[in-house]
Amino acid sequence: MYRITAKEVLAPVTKLFKVYAPEVARKAKAGQFVIVRVDEKGERIPLTIADYDRESGELTIVFQEVGKTTKQLGKMNVGDELASLTGPLGRPTEIENYGTVICVGGGVGIAPIYPIARDLRAAGNTVISIIGARNKELLFWEEKMRSVSDELIVCTDDGSYARKALVTEPLKEVLESGRKIDIVWAIGPAIMMKFCSLTTKPFGVKTIVSLNSIMVDGTGMCGACRVEVGGKTRFVCVDGPEFDGHEVDWNLLLERQRIYLEQEKRALEKFEREHQQACPCEEVG
Amino acid sequence: MAKVAPRNEMPRQDPKVRARNFNEVALGYSHELAVAEANRCLQCKKPTCIDGCPVQVRIPEFILALREGDMWGAVTALKDKNNLPAICGRVCPQETQCEASCVLGKKFEPVAIGRLERYVADWEIAQGVRTPTVAPPNGKSVAVIGSGPAGLTCAGDLAKMGYKVTIFESLHAPGGVLIYGIPEFRLPKHIVATEVKYVQSLGVEIKLNTVVGKLYTVDELLANGYDAVFLGTGAGLPMFMNIPGENYNGVYSANEFLTRVNLMKAYLFPEYDTPIMIGRRVAVIGAGNVAMDAARCALRLGADEVHIIYRRTKAEAPARAEELANAEEEGIQFHYLTTPVEVLGTEKGWVRGIRLQKQQLGEPDASGRPRPVPIPGSEYDMEVDMVIMALGTRPNPMVFTDTPDLERTKHGTVVANEETGRTKKPRVWAGGDIVTGAATVISAMGAGKRAAADIDAYLQNPDQPWWVENTK
Repeated sequence: MYRITAKEVLAPVTKLFKVYAPEVARKAKAGQFVIVRVDEKGERIPLTIADYDRESGELTIVFQEVGKTTKQLGKMNVGDELASLTGPLGRPTEIENYGTVICVGGGVGIAPIYPIARDLRAAGNTVISIIGARNKELLFWEEKMRSVSDELIVCTDDGSYARKALVTEPLKEVLESGRKIDIVWAIGPAIMMKFCSLTTKPFGVKTIVSLNSIMVDGTGMCGACRVEVGGKTRFVCVDGPEFDGHEVDWNLLLERQRIYLEQEKRALEKFEREHQQACPCEEVG
Repeated sequence: MAKVAPRNEMPRQDPKVRARNFNEVALGYSHELAVAEANRCLQCKKPTCIDGCPVQVRIPEFILALREGDMWGAVTALKDKNNLPAICGRVCPQETQCEASCVLGKKFEPVAIGRLERYVADWEIAQGVRTPTVAPPNGKSVAVIGSGPAGLTCAGDLAKMGYKVTIFESLHAPGGVLIYGIPEFRLPKHIVATEVKYVQSLGVEIKLNTVVGKLYTVDELLANGYDAVFLGTGAGLPMFMNIPGENYNGVYSANEFLTRVNLMKAYLFPEYDTPIMIGRRVAVIGAGNVAMDAARCALRLGADEVHIIYRRTKAEAPARAEELANAEEEGIQFHYLTTPVEVLGTEKGWVRGIRLQKQQLGEPDASGRPRPVPIPGSEYDMEVDMVIMALGTRPNPMVFTDTPDLERTKHGTVVANEETGRTKKPRVWAGGDIVTGAATVISAMGAGKRAAADIDAYLQNPDQPWWVENTK
């Protein structure tokens, strides 16, 4: 029902799928997400929409293999079908002409920042993009990001490609350069978004982040994704996923992301054990 | 009145055993027990039980057929009014509905109508459900939003009348609260699946993973060829208390906890992928049916102790008497006249306890129940590692996206005529929890049924004033 029409390996653990979901693709906007189930026993995981093609009816999702479900997803191929795909969920990015914006994408967060940068530029903004990853291998979409940015800064944590820096360093430099920056978008791992928000705060530049909390239904009915923003409890699935990074209680978000660490480890070990047994090379000898 | 035999009890799993498994608690009548119970029915000339039923099941007729051995006759009489009898036989509060108005109940115990309904419905499932004849297509189509009890009933009735019906369901499985909320041990999911299949066999199409309000708006559905829209999206939004510590790891809404367990089958983790925390000492806040379901699930997942915390007394507890009794039998501990004021956490953000405050009953509040009044200085702490908030739910506003003409109350429910289900927006009907706030499966089914009748009446004769105030 939700057929994978293209697969690209962006990095050893980062995969891109195009999925045929014409109705979702028709309505999808930058900043929104979908909930995906791999098979009938699968959990529901949120994945940010990295792109959409209203003509071909395809939706692009990019994910990093970190646990059982994403590893299983990564083993799927063109022609395979997802058990379910629900969306577009969450509020779209508020695209306006703000003036000059910085778009920061860290790691797998480069994928969702792309349509935001593209739409912000189309709306007339000057877009300065900063993308970064732990190393060269994990970096992707450099040219794609360049094509939607007025300036692009690329960095890796270990210096294996381009500039050796965390994304917060060039972010701080641009803010210090005296150029008027009207707003910042930062998407990536929670810890990166936290530090981007801390970096921009002294400059008083509004910073929008896209939170990646644990979800079940994605439509507001469970509250698994709740976070505190400006001292109030909000649901990431319906009130977000984008929030003002200066208002987010980052420690709470980070703690809540760890709820199922133990179970996630068990599930992954079981999956890897079973996958090894199924692997024919194990049977040789 | 002659001497009447006592009401026949339905066999149930032993409390000690069932408290540790997810199998159905109530095991159903044998044929002998069902006939014996059916024989207690007086077959009143003017039956009062039917008026106690929100969907007006022809109760004496199905009971008569049952005791005369005409099982298909019993099925036909039952399903003429009720598309989902195996569900109703299990989860309806019969004690306040049909059985409350049973004539026998005035002097003796009422006929166990619910148990008989379940017996007949289960008998049909065992034989293989037959598809009834459906009226020929009338060329009109209706969009039903939500596949819970209201939506399934409305869709089934309209399909029987010849309408082309499409149900839009946001989750990946149909059934709404029947599938995500009510646990397996009270309503086995294969029963829900069978009843859903029956509705589909009437010609109803169910589109899963389809979130109305996101994928389409109600106006888009009306513009895209649907002659009518029925909103049956229930009350799916959880409420929290807004007390300190409510976002610690280990605090669940009952919705999340039950959805993980029931819809996602977290009790079978890691065979199923969705995880759930296993609490050792669990506090469940609230005393409605949802609270009982959550408490009993927590116990079955392996908790050592489960505590129900409720601010009023047992007399005001909204749960069915049967569910309170089931929970008590299984060893759930009840703390009445008690309310949480704070959830206590560890440095790392996990629940370590709950601060409670004693209450006393005061003057009646808006709900007519005595208001709980805090007793100052009565605070004490209870050590728990999991807290489940079962405080009730509100309608999810998502379905109202970009439709400001769907008038709503301050509680977030949609304004609709109780008899017809008509909202303030022409060609849009609503019924069930989205109108009433959290209520019962059968009242939602009754609303779905009345709306189906009115949708038919309106579409056959659209030249009539749309909005009419309630006459009752």
